[in-house]
Amino acid sequence: MEINNRTKVLGIVLGVVVAILVGRLFQIQILDGSYKRDASNNSMIYETIYPPRGIIYDRDDRVLVGNKVCYDILVTPREVTEFDTLALAEALGITPEFVRERMAYYRERRRSIGYQTLTFVKQLPVERYMRFAETAYAFPGFRGQVRSIREYPFDAGGNLLGYMGEVNATDIKAEPETYKAGDYIGKTGLEAIREKELRGKKGYHIFLRDSRNRRQNAYADGEFDLPAEPGTDIVTTIDAPLQQYGQRLMAGKKGSLIAIEPATGEILAMVSSPGISVDELANIGQHYGRLVMDPNRPMFNRTVQASYPPGSVFKLVNGLIGMQEGVLEPWYKYPCTRGYAYSSKHKLGCHAHRSPLDLTEAVMMSCNAYFCYVFKNLLEKGPTAECFDRWRDYVLSFGFGAPLGSDFPSELGGNIPTSKYYDRVYGARHWRFSNVVSLSIGQGEIGATPLQIANLAAIMANRGWYRVPHIVRSGEERFTEKHYTLVDTTHFEKVIPGMWQAVNAPWGAGGTAAAAAVPGLDICGKTGTAQNPHGADNSVFICFAPKDNPRIAVVGYVEGGGWGGSTSCPIASLLVEKYLTGEISRPALEERMLKLRFIDE
Amino acid sequence: MSNSSRRSLGKAVDWRLVLYWLVLVGIGWINIYASIHSSEPASIFDWSCRSGKQFVWILTATVLAAVILFAVNPRLWEVVSVPAYFAVVFLLVAVIFVGASVKGSHSWFRLGPVSFQPAEISKITTSLVLATIMGKVGFSFARRGDFLKVAAVVALPMLIIIAESETGSALVYVGFLFALFREGLSVWYLVLILAAIVLFILTLKAGIWVSLGVVAAGGIAGLVVLLRRHRPRSRERRSALRLLLLGVVAAGLMALSTRVVFDKVLADHQRSRIEVLLGMKEDPAGVGYNVRQSMIAIGSGGLFGKGYLQGTQTTYGFVPEQSTDFIFCTVGEEWGFVGCLAVILLYVALILRIAKDAERSREAFTRIYGYCLACCLFMHLFINIGMTIGLMPVIGIPLPFISYGGSSLWAFTVMLFIFIALDRQEKKYF
Repeated sequence: MEINNRTKVLGIVLGVVVAILVGRLFQIQILDGSYKRDASNNSMIYETIYPPRGIIYDRDDRVLVGNKVCYDILVTPREVTEFDTLALAEALGITPEFVRERMAYYRERRRSIGYQTLTFVKQLPVERYMRFAETAYAFPGFRGQVRSIREYPFDAGGNLLGYMGEVNATDIKAEPETYKAGDYIGKTGLEAIREKELRGKKGYHIFLRDSRNRRQNAYADGEFDLPAEPGTDIVTTIDAPLQQYGQRLMAGKKGSLIAIEPATGEILAMVSSPGISVDELANIGQHYGRLVMDPNRPMFNRTVQASYPPGSVFKLVNGLIGMQEGVLEPWYKYPCTRGYAYSSKHKLGCHAHRSPLDLTEAVMMSCNAYFCYVFKNLLEKGPTAECFDRWRDYVLSFGFGAPLGSDFPSELGGNIPTSKYYDRVYGARHWRFSNVVSLSIGQGEIGATPLQIANLAAIMANRGWYRVPHIVRSGEERFTEKHYTLVDTTHFEKVIPGMWQAVNAPWGAGGTAAAAAVPGLDICGKTGTAQNPHGADNSVFICFAPKDNPRIAVVGYVEGGGWGGSTSCPIASLLVEKYLTGEISRPALEERMLKLRFIDE
Repeated sequence: MSNSSRRSLGKAVDWRLVLYWLVLVGIGWINIYASIHSSEPASIFDWSCRSGKQFVWILTATVLAAVILFAVNPRLWEVVSVPAYFAVVFLLVAVIFVGASVKGSHSWFRLGPVSFQPAEISKITTSLVLATIMGKVGFSFARRGDFLKVAAVVALPMLIIIAESETGSALVYVGFLFALFREGLSVWYLVLILAAIVLFILTLKAGIWVSLGVVAAGGIAGLVVLLRRHRPRSRERRSALRLLLLGVVAAGLMALSTRVVFDKVLADHQRSRIEVLLGMKEDPAGVGYNVRQSMIAIGSGGLFGKGYLQGTQTTYGFVPEQSTDFIFCTVGEEWGFVGCLAVILLYVALILRIAKDAERSREAFTRIYGYCLACCLFMHLFINIGMTIGLMPVIGIPLPFISYGGSSLWAFTVMLFIFIALDRQEKKYF
């Protein structure tokens, strides 16, 4: 081979090798973007900025649920040097055993932990953290991270507000982008249903780190940091002092107390008793076990989840349907012989009162027999099943038999039986009025939630329509829409005098709700005494006030509280008085009600 | 010294080579500073850190260069070449027994704070001896004695270095083949080396049967070409047939022995480095870590790089051996594709300039030495950069003039300036 050719070959070899090197550099530096991404993953730590959670206000801008700052103490075991265990335990307010235990655990797992940072202690109060921060220089590898936790200035509506807890596997799986292990999420109540608005959006600081996961400077002076978006505040319809007062009234009793602003459907107070106090909410971890085991089931929200027979308050509905169907006029009088004999052997009892009565008197004195006649006439207008389903349609239009569609979680719908149900029980055409006579007075196969009964009070107050009761002011159409019942509004005026008389009739006239009377407030009410197979009767009372342009509608439902007039009635009327006047004119009654105890708490 | 020679003293020096050297050394220095740079930076002159030390090395290397250029008679190199060669061979052997163990290889002498690797100097002495032998009038590879002498001169230090478990450094000696090729070695030796590499990779990646199949196919193709080209029963045909048969048998044996060599001869870390390179094994935390981190650093540099001292990967210590063997990562990350290209082109310019000067020289000694120098630079460039971008297995050899380290900088500086001195002497004839 010629010398010239040999130098040429060498030149080609050099050229090829250089081309390979440059080509490869071109590929990894220019064409392939993955190395840039890997470099970021390598060298950047995204430190989460937790957004402040939305604040929950009551209707008058009082803070029901706020935030307060606390600190998590993080530890990077690799950076921990020898330190004074006792001093750290003292600074953090934990036991030295805990510190030793954790450190032993880190040592044991050091391989899998590597350079990771772990949470050492959670939710340290600010004052405590400050004490730690003063001596933090003595504990390399430990540092604090700001978190915010919930704070409850008012003891109002524990069950309503709900509690926060750490996300579980299901939550993370549902929204892996949003939740990471150790994040908090609303578990129940408003915290849960409004989670999406309240939680806000996490942001991050980007820091550079070295190959040992030690934090270095902020990346690009924070230019690419993403600020956290604070959660949206929520304004509820709750009246905090009223809610608090309601809770006091219901203390020691099992049941519900609900107040609604009839014109808007806004829930002013919603008490499920026994309930969860806000102290328990704030520290749910400590109390959870006990609350779950409590036989009185404080975690159970009776206002929307318990289904009871409504009792005599349901007579209002039957009376209205009767007038709409033309089988009842206010002046119709029916006799009562301490009850109503619906067969030769059976009698539905009634208490002692004069007889016969017209509609107003029947409502005032809550006569059972009167409404048996009304219901009998309703069902015997034609074939029983047909009449029954017709009656049922009316009842459903009052918001019974299905969830109202409130903004509260896990609302139940109660139960209004269909004719098919009785067909199954008795056989088609083998049942008639006498088989379902209990329905006349709101007993038997009928179930309603306290919220539905409260809604009935609002319907009475509005004379024939309701807005779906709700606890958050959202302006949503489903809460502004008026729902009319199938009964003409004109018929409502014919029932209301009876409700007024029940409360305001002079002593001795036989009004069942005289205990609710407050001069000048014009409270209209209806008592109920629902039979309780488990013990003493349930005491029910619905009312609204004032009679004209009502501002509040209330239901009280006390399990085992005896007859309507004895417990629910005074409690509900105290709530009304508190709301309308801001003070209590009957301190003796108030005292008696506050002291009344059916259950141990 | 006469007036005219004093005038030519400066003029005869190929200042362009000196300039390339200076620029490369300067690039090395600032990149060493960048590679040790952290969020709490020290001065580039800080004696306690590597950039400061490298500055001292650069100053001493400059003194060394000046001495070689102006105070030593270039004739001396040819005279001392053989004794120097054997002295270094002695050191290479001695280091196995008395050297300090650095990462599993016994190739470093440690004299107090200074440590040096005889293998670095051995490249110089080997080049000098090669130039001496092959520069003799009448030297020919066709003569068996000459051929064996050359083979022995290259093989001796190479084998000792392999015995020191510095297989990677030994690989550089393969580069001398190019210089030998320039001096008349048959092209078949280059082909043989290339075939060996291809067969090695093919056997490991695709299996022994595929590579035997390729050998057989190559043999048949060769046979067809051969039968067509030469007349039947001619002497050329017979000898070509013999050569082809020899080649096929050799290739077959090479393929068959690949596995044995790979599994039994190579050390564990060498085997896994090759496996990672060929993508036969994923090991991002172990052997693959260096290469992966190095590629991330270079790849993230993009077109123009992140800017001097702005590299996140190099500043925060993700790439191990960053200021020595993996110094190119710093260039790649902070100066980007443009910077890499500039550095590579600078080396190419240096190598081509050396080759040009060598080609121009009247003395065979200068020419051969020049080619040996160029080949060493070329091998270091290819292996070192190839390693940082995942083209070559991880072999711990420095990037000439740029990597941190006194012994490497001194050795390459001495090697280069011997050539510049030889070249200058050449020009005195004109």
